[in-house]
Amino acid sequence: MSYNWNWDIFLSPTPSGESTYLGWLLNGLQWTLTLSLGAWIMALVLGIGLGVLRTVPNRLLAGSAAAYVEVFRNVPLLVQLFIWYFVLPELLPTTLGDALKQTDPLAQQFFAALLCLGCFTAARVCEQVRAGIASLPRGQRNAGLALGLTLPQTYRYVLLPMALRLILPPLTSEFLNVFKNSAVASTIGLIELSRQSQQLVDYTAQAYEAFIAVTVLYVLINVLVMFGMRVLERRTRVPGYIGGK
Amino acid sequence: MSMIQIENVSKWYGDFQVLTDCGTHVNAGEVVVVCGPSGSGKSTLIRCVNGLEAIQQGRIVVNGTALAEPTTNLSKLRAQVGMVFQNFELFPHMSVTDNLTIAQVKVLGRSTEEALARGLTMLDRVGLKAQATKFPGALSGGQQQRVAIARALAMDPICMLFDEPTSALDPEMVNEVLDVMVELATEGMTMMCVTHEMGFARKVADRVIFMDHGRIVEDASKDDFFGTPRAERAQLFLSKILQH
Ligand SMILES: Nc1ncnc2c1ncn2[C@@H]1O[C@H](COP(=O)(O)OP(=O)(O)OP(=O)(O)O)[C@@H](O)[C@H]1O
Ligand SMILES: [Mg+2]
Repeated sequence: MSYNWNWDIFLSPTPSGESTYLGWLLNGLQWTLTLSLGAWIMALVLGIGLGVLRTVPNRLLAGSAAAYVEVFRNVPLLVQLFIWYFVLPELLPTTLGDALKQTDPLAQQFFAALLCLGCFTAARVCEQVRAGIASLPRGQRNAGLALGLTLPQTYRYVLLPMALRLILPPLTSEFLNVFKNSAVASTIGLIELSRQSQQLVDYTAQAYEAFIAVTVLYVLINVLVMFGMRVLERRTRVPGYIGGK
Repeated sequence: MSMIQIENVSKWYGDFQVLTDCGTHVNAGEVVVVCGPSGSGKSTLIRCVNGLEAIQQGRIVVNGTALAEPTTNLSKLRAQVGMVFQNFELFPHMSVTDNLTIAQVKVLGRSTEEALARGLTMLDRVGLKAQATKFPGALSGGQQQRVAIARALAMDPICMLFDEPTSALDPEMVNEVLDVMVELATEGMTMMCVTHEMGFARKVADRVIFMDHGRIVEDASKDDFFGTPRAERAQLFLSKILQH
């Protein structure tokens, strides 16, 4: 089998002439990054909140958070995305649903994917946060409360700072998963990185170059995330803490 | 006047009754030692005093405030009641100084400078001024417990609760903590101490309470308790722990 390697393909103009194929890839990369970072921030905020709720001494709150996790962790991501994108607009009041359908399709795709990834990842972050809080010595909560801190203050100043430090390694892998999972957005038409490389193959038949390039970009994201999280781990390390109970 | 009033308190964990009809009191300036076998409910009782555990029956009044009253601000009350735990429970991610000041600032609303000054005074008092910038993980157990006592004292508490403050310590560190407690007691601090350190009890206790199976089976002045404990279990218990 002979294959014509042609790395110059990236610098060739696309059929529409507005951009090069490299420009396409970078555009896809931009969507992947925006979507993933947005979803990650959403997942952190929501996930920490839910993780806290799972550990509060209130059955209703803890139960609701647990139910959220069950739903969002167990329904396949692809199905969730279709629900956000196709089903949700139908469930909204007609005027609101219609207004939504009138908006820019790209915006619709992006926000459906953002909500989907954010809510899905939040369920996973929630479980990590719950485990982190549960792994702290039970007396820490009492020590905070006994000093007169309110329960929210105890979480804010005593429990969460330690719990979050303990779960930094698993959070790193959740963070990496967001980038991988963001590829599902291509199924509703958002032209993110993986979809852009597909398109590049369709147009140029230079499959190897396209897939190598896209792989390098994903690997680069991974390396950057891992490096960033390592730095964070080092910066927040507690002197002399041996961990656990 | 009673600083701590415990009346007919019963508590259950599900079906299991941990406390049965417990009643006692701690007067202002008094030191009361609580002892008894493992699992007898000592920790539970002392945690009920500052509302860390809810009770299902009875009444607890601290400095005139009934804990169960819906109008009672539990956080406010706890801020006035110092508590020292078996496992120290310093906050590991905070320096000694931050451990000492966090509640002063967040709960009492003191300025950072004021809180720092008060914290360092208390740290000096427990003999650890040189450790101010260290983290708890860098201190020995005895030092951590003394910092924990200083942290409680920095809140200017009206009384102090101790839950086996020396039982997680290596033997050579027990005395440094007991010395601080003895000093507090002689200065007139109101104290309720769960401890098996009978030397401490003999030295500074006004009364000794003996618990067994969730009941207070003996509540006597120190002299009566060590002279002639009436309850058989207490006698047996005493003879066991006094052998060492
Ligand atoms: N959260 C809980 N849920 C269920 N049972 C509990 C709980 N906490 C304590 N208990 C039980 O209540 C009883 C009294 O416990 P507590 O810790 O008050 O005993 P203690 O006298 O302090 O014992 P020790 O000397 O071992 O500290 C024990 O049998 C214990 O197993
Ligand atoms: Mg105990």
